[in-house]
Amino acid sequence: MNAILAQLLNGLDKGGAYALIALGLTLVFGTLGVVNFAHGALFMLGAFCAVAFRQLITLETVTLDPEKLSPWGAPLEIRTPLAQSWFGDFGGVLIEYSVPLSILLAIPVMAIIGIAMERGIIKHFYKRSHAEQILVTFGLAIVLQELVKAIFGANPISQPMPSVLRGAADVGVWLGMGPNVLTYPWWRLTYFLFATAIIGAVFAFLRFTTFGLVVRAGMADRETVGLLGINIARRFTIMFGLAAVVAGLAGVMYTPLVPPNYHLGMDFLVLSFVVVVVGGMGSLPGAVAAGFLLGILQSFASMTEIKSILPGIDQIIVYLTAVIVLLVRPRGLFGRRGVMES
Amino acid sequence: MTKSLKGFNRRAVVKTGLASILATGVAPLVLSRGAYAQEYCNAPTGDSVTLGFNVPLTGPYADEGADEQRAFELAVEHLNGDGDGGMLPTYTPSVLTGQGVLGKKVAFVTGDTQTKADAARDSARRMIERDGAVMISGGSSSGVAIAVQGLCQEMGVIFMAALTHSNDTTGKDKKRYGFRHFFNAYQTGVAIAPSLAKAYGNDRVAYHLTADYTWGWTTEESMIASTEKLGWKTITPVRTPVGAGDFSQYITPVLNSGADVLILNHYGFDMVNSLTQAVQFGLKDKMVNGKQFEIVTPLVSDLMAKGAGAAMKGIYGTSNWDWQLPDAGSQAFTKSFGAKYGQPPSQAAHTAYVQTLLYADACERAGTFYPPEVIKQLEGFEFDGLGNGPTLYRAADHQCFKDVLVVQGKETPANPFDLLEHVDTASRESVTYDPAIFGGELGPDTAAMC
Repeated sequence: MNAILAQLLNGLDKGGAYALIALGLTLVFGTLGVVNFAHGALFMLGAFCAVAFRQLITLETVTLDPEKLSPWGAPLEIRTPLAQSWFGDFGGVLIEYSVPLSILLAIPVMAIIGIAMERGIIKHFYKRSHAEQILVTFGLAIVLQELVKAIFGANPISQPMPSVLRGAADVGVWLGMGPNVLTYPWWRLTYFLFATAIIGAVFAFLRFTTFGLVVRAGMADRETVGLLGINIARRFTIMFGLAAVVAGLAGVMYTPLVPPNYHLGMDFLVLSFVVVVVGGMGSLPGAVAAGFLLGILQSFASMTEIKSILPGIDQIIVYLTAVIVLLVRPRGLFGRRGVMES
Repeated sequence: MTKSLKGFNRRAVVKTGLASILATGVAPLVLSRGAYAQEYCNAPTGDSVTLGFNVPLTGPYADEGADEQRAFELAVEHLNGDGDGGMLPTYTPSVLTGQGVLGKKVAFVTGDTQTKADAARDSARRMIERDGAVMISGGSSSGVAIAVQGLCQEMGVIFMAALTHSNDTTGKDKKRYGFRHFFNAYQTGVAIAPSLAKAYGNDRVAYHLTADYTWGWTTEESMIASTEKLGWKTITPVRTPVGAGDFSQYITPVLNSGADVLILNHYGFDMVNSLTQAVQFGLKDKMVNGKQFEIVTPLVSDLMAKGAGAAMKGIYGTSNWDWQLPDAGSQAFTKSFGAKYGQPPSQAAHTAYVQTLLYADACERAGTFYPPEVIKQLEGFEFDGLGNGPTLYRAADHQCFKDVLVVQGKETPANPFDLLEHVDTASRESVTYDPAIFGGELGPDTAAMC
């Protein structure tokens, strides 16, 4: 039972990442009708906002200590972060909380990148076929990842989490199971809560604001909304920016879990598309439900007991589920009639 | 004395034979040592000789690859007489002079294996066919090393493997043209077992997470064999994909498995990720079966210890070499490398550097770059002064035999580079084994035109 609960928690935290990425992807598809293969790159760019922020606040002054020598006989370098030199203890706090604080940088940066991407490139492909959209956005993803590689190098760059969130929470005690029966890392629980909050915020934004109402109306019937004198194209551009911000924030908070490298976006690209397809193209609840479903399935498929019966199932479970769902429900779990259908 | 029949006599046969030999051009091969021009792949013809360094600059072992490349460049510098000479003065017996190799200046080309076997083979083939490399070195993944070693055997180019630790490299997949200085998984198992028994006792239950390729498999096999000899029990090992990034779904089942030791048969960034994630899950703070939960990483390097940070503290592993070793060779190399790059060399850098020197020296001793002659010089070669003490390149499988270091993540590092503590040494004798146990055939040493 404890093992199942632990895998469930793991599935929820993995699913949180999948759902966040897929949410933005399906948002773009639902509003603009564009299959955006650069969406994974937006997740990666968000992660590198955290990297850039930390590198900025940990810029160091290097002084040489002539009294001490390095193992190869050179004077020992003493490195002091500028933030600490300038701001003292507050500088230390900035460094300690660099990952959550980099959200403040990621929001405007990702919004600008998203809007620039839509206005600069993607809008020219609205009336082209999906195949052409895929080609151009995939090319864009490669350009973005090579840019990041050129600036930050090819190696993963670790991003430490704040020390208060290191280690594991005794979840078992919360559930009345006694101490040390079921533990789970604090940061992963935080990621799950963060993902849930962002998903909730996006849904609330679309459900309870006038802007959201117009966007939803535009998603249902773009032509009619346009005939009412509403500039729906502008709102959809903003939605592209919002999708980029959601992907970026997912990337920022993911960095303490897996050190990001330039290839991070590609690692998630295929998976996020599978999530969207399983959930139903253009369906926001579908993307979220499928994200969590596939995260949980992947986690359970990695259990020793399951792998001993079906070796390698952890590697194919996501795709196997996609095949089964598409056979049973060709439009996906929450897919609407008419989406990507002639 | 009998006269020969039909006009043939001994003198006539010898004369005719010699004339034929000279006429067919076989004479140079028979009569002049070292003159094998154009009879083998990429025979150097100008005033330089090109070596090919094939390392991962992207992928899960990119850190090791970058350090290998630094070491290769340093080795070339020293072979050409630049810099402080590094290990050249400490290496014995050596005929290296610091004036190139066989009077030719050493040049090199590099390639990115991407930590993928197919990309590595393509890169090595390009170096051989386009750039004229007479020797290939590199590795950082046994899957890659074995793939490139096979290609080099086909093309008749010597492969001086750098970082590869699978038993298969000099076991079932060994090749006449392949040589490995680095130690292997079997030696890790033998070396680490006494330290594990001393630290954690003989009554333990181990859970293995294993990189799903040749290195992971043989490391898992060797670790199971050595720990079960101690009396430990093993829970069914779990294979994980290389470069998985997030290992959480594989670590979660460990929590309730009943195991009290987690053995991470991972390397490079995979090990950094799986170890830090295991620590995040609170495994190091857990008590299971009335014992403190422990984590073991069979193969570790300074680069990985740096990546894992505090998570590495107290963790046992083995290394081929450590920059803090006190011998003259290690100190000379560390000084040279540190002065050039501002950081100490890793074990990957060390083996890359040593392999380049060993190849160059073998060519000098052979008096030629002709591979079959260079192979003969390396097979059974005994040397010292390269940081590992007296070392043998065993002829039977082209595996080096030397002491193996048991290391532990340092609790209180004295400086940012002081990450691993050398806690024990397994003697060369204790890690020597019968080459027959891993099977395989070296194959022919026939020279080939690539």
